[in-house]
Amino acid sequence: MPPEILFERVSKSFPRRDGGPAFEAIHDLSFAVERGELVAILGKTGCGKSTTFNLISGLIQPSHGRVAVQGHDPYADFAWFRGKIGIVFQNDRLMPWRTALENVALGLELNKVPPAQRREIAASWLDRLGLGRHANDFPHALSGGMRQRVSIARAFAGKPDILLCDEPFSALDEHTGNALRREFRELLRATGATAIFITHSIDEALWLGARLVVFERPARIAYETTLRADMSEDEREAVRGRIREVLSGEVAAVALDR
Amino acid sequence: MALADGEEALPRAGRFFAFTRFRYESVVALAGLAIVWQIASLFVPHFLFPSVPEIATRLVEIFTSWNSLFDMLATSARILAGLAGAFVFGTLLAVPMARSPALARYVYPLLNFNQGIPALSWVVIAIIWFRGTEFRIFFIMVMTTLPAFTFQVLDAYRAMSKDLFEMTLSFRPTRLDLLRTLIWPTVLPGILTAWKVNLGNASRVVVVAELVGATGGVGYELLQQQQVFDMAGAIAWTLVLVIFVLVVQGIITLIETRALRYRAFAEHAL
Repeated sequence: MPPEILFERVSKSFPRRDGGPAFEAIHDLSFAVERGELVAILGKTGCGKSTTFNLISGLIQPSHGRVAVQGHDPYADFAWFRGKIGIVFQNDRLMPWRTALENVALGLELNKVPPAQRREIAASWLDRLGLGRHANDFPHALSGGMRQRVSIARAFAGKPDILLCDEPFSALDEHTGNALRREFRELLRATGATAIFITHSIDEALWLGARLVVFERPARIAYETTLRADMSEDEREAVRGRIREVLSGEVAAVALDR
Repeated sequence: MALADGEEALPRAGRFFAFTRFRYESVVALAGLAIVWQIASLFVPHFLFPSVPEIATRLVEIFTSWNSLFDMLATSARILAGLAGAFVFGTLLAVPMARSPALARYVYPLLNFNQGIPALSWVVIAIIWFRGTEFRIFFIMVMTTLPAFTFQVLDAYRAMSKDLFEMTLSFRPTRLDLLRTLIWPTVLPGILTAWKVNLGNASRVVVVAELVGATGGVGYELLQQQQVFDMAGAIAWTLVLVIFVLVVQGIITLIETRALRYRAFAEHAL
């Protein structure tokens, strides 16, 4: 069975506007994600995490190498992925002219789910995330945490096979962020979706991720490990220290602790 | 729930107050103008400043005569048809310009060139080029109001949020769905603004076009009043056009209020 997400020697460069040498965001990156896996990708700002995210979601295409999601090219087979990928962005990206309910129902609407059914599904997701009373509110009337909840509901509502999350809680205060992380992890367990979670927070990655991948610039894997549910606090602290070393550049060589 | 109800009550009250204040101020301003005009009519020759009651009588005559009503409706239809044509052609021009910067670089100078052509020149050109009166007027209306639609739609399209575009794309919409769910709501405020701005321009242009080439309509009637030196008739026909513009402006504002109700408002204005 092919992996759910596959990167084969992928590089991605962006031309510069001033005509200078192209900026290489990803260099010769290879990795695979199996179905149902939750992978947290960590790295400093500008290390290519978001470029990796955009490649998986098919918003950009690689300069070299191959990206395959469920065996298909997410850029070339764009329409094939309708309803299969859900994305939670760093900012909520809600349409200001749609109510919370209509925003949650967007993916269902584009996937041609009948109106009554999509309203029912969207309302149930809003209820599940504690926003049932705000279904008819426009985004400007919601707090940052509530808006991000709506965007999480929007991503989950279509029952996607794959969830991509690009630092979705980074703009929230600690309390709201923690509450949403808990909800998010429970939702992931309940749906069994494959998830890629991009973050620059070690604590968040350790808290969420079953498998941690640390990128260094230009995006290549500098460290990778899989967390076990029965890991002791000391073992987790050791992983945390190792990630800190990698991110601070103290570990030069690529280390794989799988 | 009490808080939510209270939050809802404030904007509603604010909107009602804003509406009543607008109506009150408008009535006061227009009444003031009528009073000044009436006073002037007492001291200036009648053919220059006819009295307000005389103008009002002529206005009532226009609204109660089938022939005059037909002229009024003909002009209204010409304005709306011209604006609709300019909107359709302007939007059809704006979309490929937004998608192709190279095309935009060629079309922009042409639109700017067009902006410099007086409406009267288009009237002359239309009379020379075309036969039918209605098509001439339609052509003049489209040529004079098209650039504003194109510029407004183009600007609104370009101002579209890249974040929202990527978010919508992530759901893999069809082109039609993308247009319906993202592009149309994004450009709608610009389109409504263009309609409001162009409505005033169109009402001025249509009169010029009718003055020269039509056998009916407000412009034609104004020409008749000029030939018999009837100032009360000229003012009354002008008011007909103003009333039409105000009614359509009101309708557009109602649509705007409904369509853009999602917009947040600040309790303090700058």
